[in-house]
Amino acid sequence: MPNIADPILIVLLLTNFFILGTANLRASIRAVAVQGVLLSLLPLQVESHPTVRLFLLMGATMAIKGFVIPALLLKALRDVHIRHEVEPYLGFVPSLLLCAVSTALALLYSDRLPLAVGDRGTMYVPAALATVFAGFLVLTTRRKAISQVTGYLVLENGIYVFGLLLYQAMAVEIGVLLDLLVGIFVMGIVLNHIQREFSSLDTERLSRLREDR
Amino acid sequence: MILALIVVPLIGALVAFLAPNDRARPWVVAFAAAVHTTIVAVVIATGESRAWSDWLRLDALGRLVLIVVSLLFLACAVYCIGYLRIRAERPNRVFCTSLLMFAATTTIVVLAQHLTIMWVAMEGTTLATALLLYFNQNRRSLEATWKYLMIGSVGIALALLGTLFLAYAAIIGLGEPVLLFSVLVRRAPALSAPWLRAAFVFLFVGYGTKMGLAPMHTWKPDAYGEAPGVVGALLAGGLTSCAFLALLRSFAIVNAAGQGEFARHLLIAAGLVSMGTAAALMVGQRDFKRLLAYSSVEHMGILVLGIGIGGLATFGALLHIINNALTKAVLFLAAGNIHRAFNSKRIEDVTGAIRRLPVSGSLFLAGFFAITGSPPFGPFVSELMILIGAVNAHRYVVAGTYLVLLVVVFIGMGQTVLAVVQGNPPEDDSGYRESLLKTLPIAASLAIVVMLGVWIPAPLARMLREAAQLLGV
Repeated sequence: MPNIADPILIVLLLTNFFILGTANLRASIRAVAVQGVLLSLLPLQVESHPTVRLFLLMGATMAIKGFVIPALLLKALRDVHIRHEVEPYLGFVPSLLLCAVSTALALLYSDRLPLAVGDRGTMYVPAALATVFAGFLVLTTRRKAISQVTGYLVLENGIYVFGLLLYQAMAVEIGVLLDLLVGIFVMGIVLNHIQREFSSLDTERLSRLREDR
Repeated sequence: MILALIVVPLIGALVAFLAPNDRARPWVVAFAAAVHTTIVAVVIATGESRAWSDWLRLDALGRLVLIVVSLLFLACAVYCIGYLRIRAERPNRVFCTSLLMFAATTTIVVLAQHLTIMWVAMEGTTLATALLLYFNQNRRSLEATWKYLMIGSVGIALALLGTLFLAYAAIIGLGEPVLLFSVLVRRAPALSAPWLRAAFVFLFVGYGTKMGLAPMHTWKPDAYGEAPGVVGALLAGGLTSCAFLALLRSFAIVNAAGQGEFARHLLIAAGLVSMGTAAALMVGQRDFKRLLAYSSVEHMGILVLGIGIGGLATFGALLHIINNALTKAVLFLAAGNIHRAFNSKRIEDVTGAIRRLPVSGSLFLAGFFAITGSPPFGPFVSELMILIGAVNAHRYVVAGTYLVLLVVVFIGMGQTVLAVVQGNPPEDDSGYRESLLKTLPIAASLAIVVMLGVWIPAPLARMLREAAQLLGV
């Protein structure tokens, strides 16, 4: 079987940059959806025999990460009538630079880590580390609740990539099922309430509980 | 029998969810809590350890935290009967169900020998507490819940990554992705060291976020400030103890692999930073529930500091799990009563708590002396053990900083607490009266804290020794 993993992982890394660089919230959600679809193809590479588990996993990943959650986020975006700009705390250029530096560091660092025989010379580890960091960057530098959720999704995607190295230990399933259920489902509920209570999804306005001394 | 520890709260949660009546539900919670504590007593007396499979087993570390969680939950459940009676205007179906789900998931964390199960259960506690935090359903509690969920989810995600790294270290070293705690400890030297170290960093940041170590503590003041006092007690005593247990298990593996020195430096640094951050934010704090949140940050720092120092300080830290949890129950539950009686948690509005609430006010004051390490209370003993441990290990700078920070916290916390309890209460009476159900659990917790200050029962001492052994001390 040809190596499809590395091209996919490289595209994944590029979408990280896109998500950090775009000013349009809708576009960044779409990019997260693209990441979800890309990830759903990766199990093909780790599992050489077509098993039920493989197809279930691929289907579930594609459905949840690629369609359901992005659709929920887009719906939230539509319902709340907020402006579609991202409004970062940190400018686009510095965050892109940080992402580039961290991707390079991830490549260098994972070169020094010992790998199991089958994983040598693949992109899994650097792509996972760089994606986790990109997600963390989005999470911490963006103002809107929805952008923060996209950041969390990117972070989760990075963990998913690493989970593929532990395919036999069911690590991917744990990542998909739980993180999804928890991170998004619950956040979605809370988002819902934020919308009702604040009629805006700007976490900046969630500032009543600051230290006021 | 051990499996019943999980099943009982789950059944209770189902019953509470189906119960049609808001007045009956708190009794279901209290009954399930009492059964839970009884089973814990039986299990520990008989020394039973294995439950159903190797994935759930009660070892010495687990026993220690299980006692804490169960006693704390019992105290909080009894308190809840009285508390929910005065909050009768709020529907409590979700609250009571979440309380029991919290008990079930924390029990699973304690029993879990498989690190993935532990992680999943940790995730469950996050969910259950989010619903508890949102009890008041106003803007402020919403903001607190959002922050808690966001920061908590990131923490839990990083902990998962750390767990996966650990599994990968096992693949390289042992040829298979083992995640069973006992196996990992036994075969730790074979694990791949670079992956193990990376795993520990992520596990530390992840579970440290759940503990509320600085600088990952920012959710804590909001969550503890806005949640009902009883939820604060469960978080500060129960959830954080479970997260600490997860961290202890990670440390045990790293230590067994001969990488303990690296982990210890990290723990000592994080401990002192947490204590320092808490001390700085406690001085002049005008909101007494947020004050308790920073006190929790401080004591999480003390716990990891003790483990980082090692030796006698390890015993101190393990003992401090119990002392901290029960003293936090005293403080948070008493603070909840004071909050209700004054309809405020700011010291501008709250003075003379001892006059208006003689019992809760006195217990709050006693809790303050206990948590700041005054004799004859339990925390004095455990904090002293950590200090002696530091001196024994020739870490004089650490010991000195630790002492200074304890003094700063004593003064800073004392200012606010004394302002709350002393003086005359304001004219307007809120009509709040003390009741046995809302003070007895506090007094009982304090009684145990006093007992641990003067006498440590032999079975408990043995349990501490066995737990320290698991940590390689």
